[in-house]
Amino acid sequence: MFSNILIWFVVIPLLMLAGLALCRDIKQIRAVAVAGSIALVGLSVKLLVDYLAIRAAGNTDPMLFTGSWTWFAPLHINLAIGVDGISVAMILLSAIIVFAGSFASWTIPQPKAFFLWLILLSTGVFGFFISIDLFTMFMFYEVALIPMYLLIGVWGSGRKEYSAMKLTLMLMGGSAFLMLGLIGIYYHSAPAGQSLTWNILEIVRNNSISHGWQCFLFPMTFVGFGVLGAMFPFHTWSPDGHASAPTAVSMLHAGVLMKLGGYGCFRVAIYLMPHAANELAWIFLVLTGISVVYGAFSACVQTDLKYINAYSSVSHCGLVLFAILMLNTTAMTGAIMQMLSHGLMTALFFALIGMIYGRTHTRDIRAMGGLMKIMPYLSVCYVIAGMASLGLPGLSGFVAEMTIFVGSFQHADVFHRTFTIVACCSIVITAVYILRVVGKLLFGPVQDKHHLELTDATWWERLSTVTLILCVAAIGCFPNFFSNLIRFTFSPDIFAVLGMN
Amino acid sequence: MEIKAIMLLVPALIMFCCGVYGFITRRNMIAILISLELMLNAVDINFAVFNRYLWPDAMEGMFFTLFAIAIAAAETALAIAIIINLYRSAKNIDVRDLNKLKY
Amino acid sequence: MDATLPILILAIPLGMFLVLGLAGCKMSHKLAGTLGCLGMGTTLVLAYYTAFTYFFSGSPEFVDAAGNRLQALIFNQTWLAFTDNLVIRLGFLLDPISAMMLVVITTISFMVHLYSMGYMRDHHGVYEHGFQRFYAFLSLFSFSMLGLVVATNIFQMYIFWELVGASSYLLIGFYYVKPSAVSASKKAFIVTRFADLGFLIGILILSYYTGTFNFTELTSAPVEGLAGVFQISESTAAGVKSVFESSATPVFMGASVLTWALVLIFMGGMGKSAMLPLHIWLPDAMEGPTPVSALIHAATMVVAGVYLVARLFPLYLMEVSALEFVTWVGALTALYAAIVACTQIDIKRVLAFSTISQIAFMMVSLGVARPEMHEGLGYMASMFHLFTHAMFKALLFLGAGALIHAIGSNDYTEMHGLRKYMPITHWTFLIGCLAIAGIIPFSGFFSKDEILSSCLGNSTVIYVWMSLVAGLTAFYMFRLYYLIFWWKEHKVHEGHHAPHDQPWTMSLPLIILAAISLVAGFIPFGKFVTWNGKSYDFMAHFDWSVAAVSLFVAVVAIAIATVMYRKENPLPEKMRAAMPGLWKWAHHRFYWDELYMFITHRIIFDGICRPIAWFDRHIIDGTMDAFATITNKASRAIKPLQSGQVQLYVWWYLLGALALGGITMLCLL
Repeated sequence: MFSNILIWFVVIPLLMLAGLALCRDIKQIRAVAVAGSIALVGLSVKLLVDYLAIRAAGNTDPMLFTGSWTWFAPLHINLAIGVDGISVAMILLSAIIVFAGSFASWTIPQPKAFFLWLILLSTGVFGFFISIDLFTMFMFYEVALIPMYLLIGVWGSGRKEYSAMKLTLMLMGGSAFLMLGLIGIYYHSAPAGQSLTWNILEIVRNNSISHGWQCFLFPMTFVGFGVLGAMFPFHTWSPDGHASAPTAVSMLHAGVLMKLGGYGCFRVAIYLMPHAANELAWIFLVLTGISVVYGAFSACVQTDLKYINAYSSVSHCGLVLFAILMLNTTAMTGAIMQMLSHGLMTALFFALIGMIYGRTHTRDIRAMGGLMKIMPYLSVCYVIAGMASLGLPGLSGFVAEMTIFVGSFQHADVFHRTFTIVACCSIVITAVYILRVVGKLLFGPVQDKHHLELTDATWWERLSTVTLILCVAAIGCFPNFFSNLIRFTFSPDIFAVLGMN
Repeated sequence: MEIKAIMLLVPALIMFCCGVYGFITRRNMIAILISLELMLNAVDINFAVFNRYLWPDAMEGMFFTLFAIAIAAAETALAIAIIINLYRSAKNIDVRDLNKLKY
Repeated sequence: MDATLPILILAIPLGMFLVLGLAGCKMSHKLAGTLGCLGMGTTLVLAYYTAFTYFFSGSPEFVDAAGNRLQALIFNQTWLAFTDNLVIRLGFLLDPISAMMLVVITTISFMVHLYSMGYMRDHHGVYEHGFQRFYAFLSLFSFSMLGLVVATNIFQMYIFWELVGASSYLLIGFYYVKPSAVSASKKAFIVTRFADLGFLIGILILSYYTGTFNFTELTSAPVEGLAGVFQISESTAAGVKSVFESSATPVFMGASVLTWALVLIFMGGMGKSAMLPLHIWLPDAMEGPTPVSALIHAATMVVAGVYLVARLFPLYLMEVSALEFVTWVGALTALYAAIVACTQIDIKRVLAFSTISQIAFMMVSLGVARPEMHEGLGYMASMFHLFTHAMFKALLFLGAGALIHAIGSNDYTEMHGLRKYMPITHWTFLIGCLAIAGIIPFSGFFSKDEILSSCLGNSTVIYVWMSLVAGLTAFYMFRLYYLIFWWKEHKVHEGHHAPHDQPWTMSLPLIILAAISLVAGFIPFGKFVTWNGKSYDFMAHFDWSVAAVSLFVAVVAIAIATVMYRKENPLPEKMRAAMPGLWKWAHHRFYWDELYMFITHRIIFDGICRPIAWFDRHIIDGTMDAFATITNKASRAIKPLQSGQVQLYVWWYLLGALALGGITMLCLL
């Protein structure tokens, strides 16, 4: 069991938890967190290299590094794991953000408890991405959600109890739909007479979910995961939740947890039920199309930095789901790239906002100004994050968005075209709100004389931001590497089913 | 005169109804406890009567009655202890006023 | 041709940007500036060498046996593959216009690098704050602009188009503490971003139907026997058109889909080239340092739109309606900007509007170009004007920069009579004015004359219209010239020293550019740059009657300007009083800014964003909260049932038992 590299993505966080439990002071806690997250980054890089090597050797299995261990035989629940290019990309993203997040919470109060919950959360995230068993996947999903309540409720700011409760309840509501959908899938996972299974690969092979059931189960699972992907109108947990969460939690939440939604929508809803996806996609295309412009317009008038970013996330994550629903290779590749890109840049944004907030003790852009003069390093990083967000070539946002738009435009009918153009409009609106906040926050005269005494970034903050910026630039400058990693993963069978390119 | 079952059951029923009435209406916990005992004893009578008249060969009803009496004794002891303790802390044994632990 | 040099042309400015951007703050000002100039100087030499090789080497890659110039793909590297066909490549396409643009960009950029060494420091020689950053951004801009002009496919162009926009944003907002600079940079970025939306959709349409981004596949045919060499071909463009016509929906809302695509792509050009109605950002962009205005907002970036249309010209030829759209947008913009320029007070704004007007000239020229008339003279004229305009407009801006540097204000009312104090600036500025006014033998005369000739070949209305604009150009430029250098004696305030000419780093670029403006008209452009690569002698098309008319118009306009503005006199006031309405509207730039303010603030912000934000907080979030509230209320409502009073439970139990018993009895009976 432990010879499988994937298991270590869950084992390392568990070891970190054990290590944290033994820690006595902040230094030891930091050491454990840093060592663990470096190990995770190293492991995910190794996974990427191994994965590419195996693929280069001509292996065309849908999933690599597969393994399955029985957990509860009567219900056919296994710990089944395996990865394809998309999961590898997501694991890499998560490891990087956990790494950056550890540095961003260098001076958090009550560090032991904080890191315990944070690492538990990341255990869930990694477990989710490596699972190909619906049940274990769902279990890890819940493991990732619950710590969020405590992390926001205890270490948050502002109306933290309200936000934590709202976030948890809405996501749990989504989980309820999801569980219904997953159990439904389980009971139709095999043709009559054969034993049922939770394993995604086997479900795809059996292809036994009848059309009627698909049309019922697809919306269930899509909405279930869509809530976490901040799909309109189930996105309202996001602004409050992000605004109240502490820095590292915002980073992890927007950077990785919201990706669970998009990943799940693809991996479960569309992968397992392509017919229903093809038929019902239009409903969700309307909703996600609305998300994209609606989030962007809302972000234009917010005054709280985190609210701006949260709405921006609604817009960008809307684009992810939008592209997934386009159901062709190019758009879906774009969707996964957008997940990577959004994960990194929004984590960068939240890290910077946390750092600025830690100094100025306000997040109201009206109360700040001219920070470029006071903390040039953080301000430059903020501009870079903004540029990535508004899609400047050379940074990650551009390649992801363009892939999505080109892919979406391959549908020739008026409905898809209209929504593609609507989604394209978001690039202008994004520019408006990003430049608005950059202009107000960083440029212009200094608003508050007390801010003149503030200091620029410390070394751990620099390390955290530089890591993220390098990753954003890497995707932006060498997109073909990531694009190929993802593009050749989409198994032709699911598109063959849909009769698409 | 032959003693019919009904002649024993009717007083038991009356006893039981008195117990119910007392249990519902009384506010004093001691009185409630007494009502409870009344109901229990009514039921005990029923057990004994039914055993005697319907299955004279069997002894389960009798045993059950004895068992219930024993339980009732233990329960009463416990209840009285609780009531005394409550009275010590609240100086009151009116059930309507004892709502500190509610909700 | 070997790919090393072209790669270096792009790599050096990019490397300079990274070095100066990352390590700049650790360097001394002087080192950073010198590094920047050296880098740009090397690029200049390499670009000149490349262009020289292209035009004069006669290699079969670049020119065929019949003397036609070809397009050569020096390298073309895959960058991002969307599908098997739709692939973004980063490459280097060498053809007449890109070679010419290499020369223009590197020349102007180098002049500006050199000039900024003097401009970006005060009279005591202290460098401005952020001097290194300035050079880093200049390098970034040069890199992006070079990448744009050598693009091998439309998506590469879009990528560098965006980068150019971003570097323009950074440079306009260079003085980031000034709120006006911040809002100007924001405006420039957002307006051009909006235009780019059209560009993007145009690209999507074009690439969807043709299945390619490559310019070579859209407009030219491969030359047999030579890999990576192409010849502009009308039949390829016709093939593209037939692809559109054979598609499922050849016509959309009254115009063919190809027209839509071309007009939308042109919209991107309208944004960058500041055509009506997307021109509003350019005058505000003058908030940036003056060398930046010279480089970006006069000579190079703003002609990107013209370059874009020229690049896709064979496709535009296929849809004459799209070309007519280009013509009329250009004609309206030219007139509008010329009128507004007559009433502005800020010298940089006058020059900005003059730039808009001159770029509109180039657009009109492309719009009226037809292969059957003078072998597509308009195309050549447009590129020629682009070249000459870049030189003399950069000269004028750098001259204006020298004045602003000396006086410390953009306002001409504080200048007057400077000719004695700043002779070099005066003479070079005069050369620039004569060139833009179109006086023989300055360069502007030749290029403008060819534009007017091709207008006449297309339509008399356009010809008369553009001649009128040319007259206005001469008038406002000389109004500016006289108001700065003549009008009345300059008053030197107590405690200030008299304005004087600038250090050599600033004078040298002025002199070089003036020299180029003086002689550039004699370059036989028709031999180098034509729409299909066939070289011809444009003197064969030189129409002396057109030349005489335009010269006459220019001279009359200059004469009027001389009468009105040479010496202090009440004539201008009388003029203004004679047409107060027009003056007021022109002075306020026909209230375009106010209109846009209304649209953006009142309609988009107050009418869309705020209601949506309100809707989100109160309706959507309200619904979610309402679920929680309803659950809460409901649980409160039924909470008393769970009172903990056993006596009540017994009541309920009894009632329930009786009711059940009753029902059972009823059922049994």
